[in-house]
Amino acid sequence: MELREFTALELGAAIKKGETSVPEATQAALDRISTQDKALNAFITIAGEQALDRAKALQTGVKGADSPLYGVPMAIKDNICTCGMKTSCASKILGDFTPPYDATVVEKLTEAGAVSLGKLNMDEFAMGSTSETSFYAPVKNPWDLSRVPGGSSGGGAAAVAAGMGWYAIGSDTGGSIRQPASFCGVTGIKPTYGTVSRYGLVAYASSLDQIGPLCRDAADCAAVLDTLMGRDPRDATSLDGPYGRLLETLTGDVRGLKIGLPSECFGEGLDREVKSAVLTMADALKSRGAEVMELSFPVIEYAVPAYYIIAAAEASSNLSRFDGVKYGWRAPQYDGLEDLYRKTRTQGFGAEVKRRVLLGTFVLSSGYYDAYYQKALQVKAVIKNAFDQAFRLCDLLLTPTAPTTAPKLAASLGDPLQMYLSDINTVSANLAGLPALSMPCGFDAQGLPIGAQLIAPHFGEGTLLNTAHAFQLDTNWHRLTPRGGKTI
Amino acid sequence: MTWEIVIGLETHVELATKTKIFCACTTAFGGPPNTHCCPVCTGMPGALPVLNKKVLEFAVKAGLALNCSITQHSRFDRKNYFYPDLPKAYQISQLYLPIARDGAVSIHTGAENKTVRIHELHMEEDAGKLIHDPWLDQTRADYNRCGVPLIEIVTEPDFRTAYEVVAYLEKLKETLQYLGVSDCKMQEGSLRCDVNLSVRPMGSMELGTRTEMKNLNSFKSIVRAIDYEAKRQIELIEEGKRVIQETRRWDENKDATYAMRSKENAQDYRYFPEPDLPPVELSQNDLDELRATQPELAEAKRARYQRDYSLPLYDCQMLTSDKALAAFFERLVALGTPPKQGANWIMGEVLGALSQRAMEAKDMALTAPTLARLIALVDEGRLNRNTAVKVFEAVFDTDQDVDEYVTAHNLEQVNDSRLVLEACVKVLQAHPQSVSDYRSGKEKAFGFMVGQAMRELKGKANPQTVNAALRELLET
Amino acid sequence: MIDTELIDYIAGLSRLELDAGERQVMTTQLEQIIAYMDVLNQLDTAGVEPMSHVFPVKNVLREDEVMPSQVRYELLAGSPAGDKEAFLVPKAVE
Repeated sequence: MELREFTALELGAAIKKGETSVPEATQAALDRISTQDKALNAFITIAGEQALDRAKALQTGVKGADSPLYGVPMAIKDNICTCGMKTSCASKILGDFTPPYDATVVEKLTEAGAVSLGKLNMDEFAMGSTSETSFYAPVKNPWDLSRVPGGSSGGGAAAVAAGMGWYAIGSDTGGSIRQPASFCGVTGIKPTYGTVSRYGLVAYASSLDQIGPLCRDAADCAAVLDTLMGRDPRDATSLDGPYGRLLETLTGDVRGLKIGLPSECFGEGLDREVKSAVLTMADALKSRGAEVMELSFPVIEYAVPAYYIIAAAEASSNLSRFDGVKYGWRAPQYDGLEDLYRKTRTQGFGAEVKRRVLLGTFVLSSGYYDAYYQKALQVKAVIKNAFDQAFRLCDLLLTPTAPTTAPKLAASLGDPLQMYLSDINTVSANLAGLPALSMPCGFDAQGLPIGAQLIAPHFGEGTLLNTAHAFQLDTNWHRLTPRGGKTI
Repeated sequence: MTWEIVIGLETHVELATKTKIFCACTTAFGGPPNTHCCPVCTGMPGALPVLNKKVLEFAVKAGLALNCSITQHSRFDRKNYFYPDLPKAYQISQLYLPIARDGAVSIHTGAENKTVRIHELHMEEDAGKLIHDPWLDQTRADYNRCGVPLIEIVTEPDFRTAYEVVAYLEKLKETLQYLGVSDCKMQEGSLRCDVNLSVRPMGSMELGTRTEMKNLNSFKSIVRAIDYEAKRQIELIEEGKRVIQETRRWDENKDATYAMRSKENAQDYRYFPEPDLPPVELSQNDLDELRATQPELAEAKRARYQRDYSLPLYDCQMLTSDKALAAFFERLVALGTPPKQGANWIMGEVLGALSQRAMEAKDMALTAPTLARLIALVDEGRLNRNTAVKVFEAVFDTDQDVDEYVTAHNLEQVNDSRLVLEACVKVLQAHPQSVSDYRSGKEKAFGFMVGQAMRELKGKANPQTVNAALRELLET
Repeated sequence: MIDTELIDYIAGLSRLELDAGERQVMTTQLEQIIAYMDVLNQLDTAGVEPMSHVFPVKNVLREDEVMPSQVRYELLAGSPAGDKEAFLVPKAVE
């Protein structure tokens, strides 16, 4: 087996045992990037030299390392601030912005001995479901280069699937970790809102954004979350909790676990093959002793509109600071202050960002606030309440992550509303602040990965990961990698 | 027609915290541009605010002192607008649930008492400073002030004259200084005022169209701006024109207000709840605790001094004009100084010495025990008043031990009647002319001889003893 | 309800310029999106408290202790126009 086929934990163990070294693993990843990334475009910044220097330094500390991920090369989505390394949010407007500080998660990863290979491509400001809205050109799906990898953390999902690093750090505002994980056949988790610090994550929608990992399997996700989670005094919305024990509690025992299948997520609009793969997964869990039940979750119909109102509103405010004054790019020609703002923003933002900024400005503007923004906050309360009710009946919800497998490039761009609607299964977990995970559960006839989503109550990461781990003990979907075929 | 002026005030007060409202940068005044800044207060991508505990405490204390009801479930909102002094392009403020509402402040103007209603008090962050550089023809943005904590106190339109406005601001200043929540230095911008003003025919119940005047940073300019703006509005109406609702800037140099360039769409601030800051909740218990730690305010002190120390109102006002001065006085009394004597020393010597040095009471080196001892020495007859004043001057800047100083300089009062008598005999012998002048009825000559005797005794004698001794010698 | 006039108004608030083509496309698209959002009106939310924070977290406060500020050149390093002391913008002082 080649190094790149190891999981992150397997690589970490091999480094610890001296079977390989940090520089060797780092070099392997960089070699892989150099052969694959021209086609995939998963990276915005490749920090090869820095990574190798860091790897050498880390190698001397292998013996005393605590983290099971010590020395494992990985990459970070380009909306997470890295001190001294360009952070662009895949937007022209940030130019070559180089933050003067590290995000809290970056500090934690550094402390755990991670080797960063660079920064990952994404939808501009994490707005999109295809990773095509990037100023740095679209990311391609490693399973089929004519298809999108999903978004917005498409660079991370593609990198992990293609073996360009052993895990990636992404962000999820409405499905931005889970949906690309699904399209690229990797395991990704959005933890409970507030469990991972947002300090240093360039905000899209502050009340919904959450950082999380994209990995080969559930065990890797557990190990990364053990590193990332924790209350941060610099993020007032971060929560206290018992953190750091996810990996050690993975048993694969799901006996007696009640898994609910919301019937609304299995109805109209769902691809037949996706449906069958997810139901097969439900059966597999049943055979391990879980109890599977159908239930109704009618309010899901309101999740997409409520989500887009809230996310766009917050985005319109969060993105106002990009004005060509303090950092990033400034329009070359302008006439006075107001014109500087308008020219910089008009030329610096892409179409999808402008659409959401306009939408968000509209729903907050005088005369429309109550009808849209306030209403959406009420719907959010209703949806959270509906989850509370559902979790009285079952321990987890199982749904398809997306209604289809990865679409063709450019297929979604013409019709934004259609693209928004494809987020139907993922956005409600963000609205309710719940942890949710996507994992591969099969392939369609075209050889594209299918993802299943598990949603748990607040702080239910352990249950989510253990259930995914149970399924991964029995199946090898998560170990398949795109290779050999006509595309890559 | 007679016109009534209707005024409401929005006052921004900088809180006296060590750090900014949402980050740990210092609030120190001045400093080279952009040196009191961090990713949070300069709106760097990814930075997040965390509320300073002291800001909340100070805002609640101010709210309680202004007799407001405290909002037990309060939160922050974003006010969105583009301007280069606002690096996030939104100000974190409170629109929907301000920390305090519905207060009242009583003011005295001349013989009259009046109550001014407080509409609300909320917490917010200050903006940066813009300085135009004529050399570059560009504006330089300095974010040192960004994120300095403010409370904005909004009154109902209850004022009818500029004097009421000044009385209110003085009361506000006194109250906030006593609470220790702000130093209220207008010249450093830690108390700033926006004046909303309209006029209406006397007796009318309807409010006229108002203008808002910004940039008022002294009592003097507030009075002059109100006078100017009221006159301007009355003239407009009398000419049959309309007052336009707008923001006007007071130009100190031109002594006039002028309309600010109306910013396009400036009014649609798209407020919404700040998602980065969880709400603030105060239990009844929290409020009771804060209420219990409220200091005695100036008005209560004045009443107490009148009642307990029988001091005249004037003395009480002087003593409470400054929190540190009042504290000094109370310490003196606690050390056993008779209140009226303490008051006299403070109003005379202490205030004199302070004003001579352009100093504030809180920065004074002299401590109450030192002055108390000095006053006691006079009382005990061991120092005469004039010598005591000299000692006061000598120890004021150093707080040196009074007894040591008196001994070191051999200033103790001469009460030995034999020494005094000897000195007086000497004087009479040396100035026979004065003796005969006195005897022929010229009282002035007596004063001269007392002076000579004091001089002989190096100023240390008790004047009464000298008087008595001289009279005795001259009468016999 | 969404017309080009409203689009111009919100574009102005957002400091975005739309050329004639973009203006038309944005108007159509936002009209569709907002019409779709009106589905929310089918849900009765009378008496429901709007939820801005999903957890009942409150009073997350920081002690009033000064920490060193950022070194100035690091803050100004990314500024597209500035000198060693300040950010620069076209004339903004009245």
